[in-house]
Amino acid sequence: MSYLSVFYAVLFYLATLVFVAGVGYRIFLYARTPAPLKIPTTPAPTTRRGVALRMLREVTLFSSLFKANKWIWLFGWLFHAALLLVLLRHLRYFQEPVWTWVVWIQPFGIYAAWAMLIGLFGLWARRILVDRVRYISSPSDHLMLGLLVAIGVSGVLMKYVWHTDIVALKAFTLGLMYFDWQPLPADAMLLIHLTLVAALMIVFPFSKLLHAPGVFFSPTRNQVDNPRERRHLAPWAARLQSGDGS
Amino acid sequence: MADFDVPELKEYPVIPPVRVGMMAHSKPYVAKPDFQTPLGFPGELVENWEQVAVEKMGELVGKYRGLRVFLDSCVKCGACTDKCHYFLGSSDPKNMPVARQDLFRSVYRRYYTVAGKYFPKLVGARDMTKEVLDDWYSYFHQCSQCRRCSVFCPYGIDTAEISMAAREIMDTVGQGQKYCNEIIGKVFKIGNNLGLPEPALRDTLEGLEEEVKEDTGVDVRFPLDEKGAEVLLVTPSADFFAEPHVDGLIGYAKVLHQAGISWTLSSHASEAANFGMFIGSYDNMRKLALRIRQAALDLGVKRIVFGECGHAWRVAYSFLNTLAGPFDFLDPRYPVPQHICEVTYDLIQRGALTLDKSANDHRVLTYHDSCNVARASRMGDKPGGQFDIPRAIIRAACNHFHDMPADTIGESTFCCGGGGGLLTDDLIELRVKGAMPRMEALKHVVEQHQVTHLAAICAICKSQFSKVLPYYGFTMDQIVSVHQLVSDAIVLGPKD
Ligand code: SF4
Ligand code: SF4
Repeated sequence: MSYLSVFYAVLFYLATLVFVAGVGYRIFLYARTPAPLKIPTTPAPTTRRGVALRMLREVTLFSSLFKANKWIWLFGWLFHAALLLVLLRHLRYFQEPVWTWVVWIQPFGIYAAWAMLIGLFGLWARRILVDRVRYISSPSDHLMLGLLVAIGVSGVLMKYVWHTDIVALKAFTLGLMYFDWQPLPADAMLLIHLTLVAALMIVFPFSKLLHAPGVFFSPTRNQVDNPRERRHLAPWAARLQSGDGS
Repeated sequence: MADFDVPELKEYPVIPPVRVGMMAHSKPYVAKPDFQTPLGFPGELVENWEQVAVEKMGELVGKYRGLRVFLDSCVKCGACTDKCHYFLGSSDPKNMPVARQDLFRSVYRRYYTVAGKYFPKLVGARDMTKEVLDDWYSYFHQCSQCRRCSVFCPYGIDTAEISMAAREIMDTVGQGQKYCNEIIGKVFKIGNNLGLPEPALRDTLEGLEEEVKEDTGVDVRFPLDEKGAEVLLVTPSADFFAEPHVDGLIGYAKVLHQAGISWTLSSHASEAANFGMFIGSYDNMRKLALRIRQAALDLGVKRIVFGECGHAWRVAYSFLNTLAGPFDFLDPRYPVPQHICEVTYDLIQRGALTLDKSANDHRVLTYHDSCNVARASRMGDKPGGQFDIPRAIIRAACNHFHDMPADTIGESTFCCGGGGGLLTDDLIELRVKGAMPRMEALKHVVEQHQVTHLAAICAICKSQFSKVLPYYGFTMDQIVSVHQLVSDAIVLGPKD
């Protein structure tokens, strides 16, 4: 086993650990922090079911973003939908045997890589060309786009230009999962791709990528509009109440 | 008329190019110690304020889930950048909602996140400095907490929540805003925002009785502190004398009179608005809300009804039960509280009121959805009732009604420009500029449909429009109360 394989094996364990623990900790914090006041942005659903539907529309269709700006919506949605497909396509590296539907989406996954890049470039172009968006961008915003673009480009290059040994790669990933380490093919493009992915996983819990879990905890979107029907009282607010006896 | 440029109303709305620093000079007066201490805040900027501010920030982030999630989740997509009326009217980029949040977020990052501690430049994190505090004081008092931005943000990030937290932090270090804090103090001491003591209130109400008697020949009562009335009416104190507010109050009195519902005002709770919300102070908001509970208990009423006031209705609808509940001593057949529009609408539905629409034929109306009614409350039992019910009342009372363009009403409504504790003369430039998008939409229907009047159900909107309409070539009496229209149309006396 080469040092390289060991290095990448350790890197991926580390990245997974940081990702899971980091995001898990944020989710724990979100869940533990009380929401003392009812603040849904109205018109809001008056039932739990309605809220679930509102949430579903937000995370699958980006409905608020659609209302806000068609360009951002187009590029943003394209990027996210394509990213999802690409990720699902990558499932095949983690399964033996591969599920049928994962096999079935493989060809679409390839196009999705292009769609993902188009979405990213669109978002990046806005960041540079629209003065308002340029004003609010910090270096990390560009860096994040750069990272995602580089991951996409290196992936596409492996598909079309510098092929890698897929079978060996799959053995490596399966080996990681079952703690039975296998050698990693030492192709430059693959190593670049994997390094960038690990980097993304590591920065995830410390960056704006937290919007992914955050969206589910946003009280303006996930609260039921029923303050007159049900009294809503957070623990720290309830303590104030017993404090003065009313 | 003004020593600043009044924005030009364009044919079509235009997003202005950013002009850095255009509104940096706009600041409200700082609250003096006499206004700070009754609210439990230090009189002036405390010595180690940087540290106090940062600690308070940590405390608030731990207490409010919204704040924590909003600070983490923004992706700087820019979807909100053109949504704030203050940005559209002033072109100052710090009035873009995301940039306003960043004034707060940059400090939060610096002290409370790994990225901000080790790579401040990379993620735009900043120390808490006097320069930052000055920016906060300017720009968190250029947010009317209207929540328009939160409608459009893919994560529902609500800049209003962040500006409330920022104001609470500023109060905690001793840098309060005079207008809000002085008013809260008055409510604690005297009972209402205007500082009207009980005898003056009683006098005013007697005057109104006489006035209505003269106009209509009917004895419509304006009761104060009457024990055993069915309804406690809580309304903004502007309703007691300012135009057009008072015409709204006359309208409520006529409706309740005609429906045979006994009611009373309370001198203890003679104010519906709760400015505790504007400064983000849960404690003050709660103290103000408890007055209303006490008044309801003292007077032994069965129902609580709120008059026309936008932010008051937000606090009433969304928070009253939380802050001052439970209200199990009231009649369970009615929601607590109710909005006067809900009461009137129900009566109209049941055929209990006779309205002569032709009485309003000299007016062609449009309706301004007040921001906090539209995006932070509801009326009736269906989502969106807050849009339909006031319009249904207007249509029942008038023959001529036209809505402003769809993207400027309903959930997308533009703020009047004076909400959130900004209705003070020291901020007049901001108020005029912030009113621009609403004025543009109004101009549209004035030209298309010969609209003559703008109806509203918020005391702040009414005061703000009376003041800013003239800057845009309209007249101050073009703003009317919804219940003023009802008042003019209602046929008093026995039903035939
Ligand atoms: S719309 Fe929301 S996520 Fe996008 S920049 Fe504005 S606050 Fe941030
Ligand atoms: S809440 Fe309203 S005033 Fe404040 S930033 Fe958002 S749009 Fe502007």
